[in-house]
Amino acid sequence: MADPDPPPAEPLRVSILSQGSYLIASIHTALDDSQLLRFQHDLIHRIGTQRARGVIIDVAALDVLDSFASRTLRDIARMSRLRGAATVIVGIAPELAISMVRLGLHLDLPTALDLEEGLAHLSATTATPTPP
Amino acid sequence: MTSTTPDSRHDSADLGDGDELLLPELVAHLRENRTQLRREWADRITGAHLLTAMTPQETFSEATSVYDNYVGVLETGSVEALQDYARDLSERIIPRGVETHEVIGIVLLLRDVLARSLFQKYHQDFTLLNRVLDAYEPAANRIANTVAVSFVQERERIIRQQQDSIRELSTPVLQVRERLLILPIIGVLDDQRAHQLTEQLLSGIRRHRAKVVVIDITGVPDLDADVANHLVQTVDASRLMGAGVIITGLSPKIAQTLVTIGVDLTKMNTVGDLQGGIEQAERQLGFRVGRTSSDDG
Repeated sequence: MADPDPPPAEPLRVSILSQGSYLIASIHTALDDSQLLRFQHDLIHRIGTQRARGVIIDVAALDVLDSFASRTLRDIARMSRLRGAATVIVGIAPELAISMVRLGLHLDLPTALDLEEGLAHLSATTATPTPP
Repeated sequence: MTSTTPDSRHDSADLGDGDELLLPELVAHLRENRTQLRREWADRITGAHLLTAMTPQETFSEATSVYDNYVGVLETGSVEALQDYARDLSERIIPRGVETHEVIGIVLLLRDVLARSLFQKYHQDFTLLNRVLDAYEPAANRIANTVAVSFVQERERIIRQQQDSIRELSTPVLQVRERLLILPIIGVLDDQRAHQLTEQLLSGIRRHRAKVVVIDITGVPDLDADVANHLVQTVDASRLMGAGVIITGLSPKIAQTLVTIGVDLTKMNTVGDLQGGIEQAERQLGFRVGRTSSDDG
């Protein structure tokens, strides 16, 4: 987070939507390293402004994930945790799953099949602390 | 043996004046003595204990058509009809358990029987005999070659077909409850099958929206280090797609192997048998299964 204000060069190829107290980030195409860092920066900021308790990162459109990208995802999850939000990665395709384990990339993150499962996972893990 | 190439058509043309008449003469001789030569050949087949899987009648009728095809090829020089016949013959006799060496053996026997008969006919005139054999041998060798190749090709075709069907059968991915899949693996798990298993499992997870998968390896006799590591990778990949994996039915031998070769099993969730695995999976998914009527209800 050294660069607080990256130049808005091109529109980010990630959409971050808020759904209740969750943020849903969909990655549409493969991101290069600087785009990944920008995504990380934006997302961590949005957690604060939206008071999000959970983050879902949808990677269904990706067919490769290199070591930098998986490390960035792990960092995002840790930073989110520090800012009070749980993270779940959803939509890993079979080919992507195989290539990741072959490359020995360990996400060490909660994963779920798709958006719906991700939401179910978050509502199970981030149960409302003050039930009526 | 002659030093000529196996292509009889060219050789007979190069032999000189009058030699192109040799093959027809030879064919006529073989046709004339068909009954006697065929009988002699069939006796030699029986004597050599070939084609034991077939009855004497079958052997005799196949011998007749092989003989006629053989002489036909000598006459025309075209092996195509023989190729078709040999393929057809192989299709019929391979399921009966006829071995490659038997098929090659009978064709070579026929070649010898015919060569012997030619020798008898022409042994007075050594030069003529030489020219007759020059014409005969390349054609006969080509026939033996054709039959052997056709037989082996047919056998390879059958093996490929069987491999394909085994591959299709080998890894069913079955849904037993909502979001619960089982994968019973029977037989030796080789590298190729392990890859196929991973692909089918992952696409099955997506298709059935599975949360828990039980892989039962009761029917797997042994695992080597590569396949064991592949299994661990499959578990990891399933995890990435949001499905937990339970492995059941590890035999004592496999358990020993895995520990001895040091496969990292800390992430593997294993249960003794398939029943236990399914019960645990049901608990994870929140199913509760009980009898509808019981005595102590």
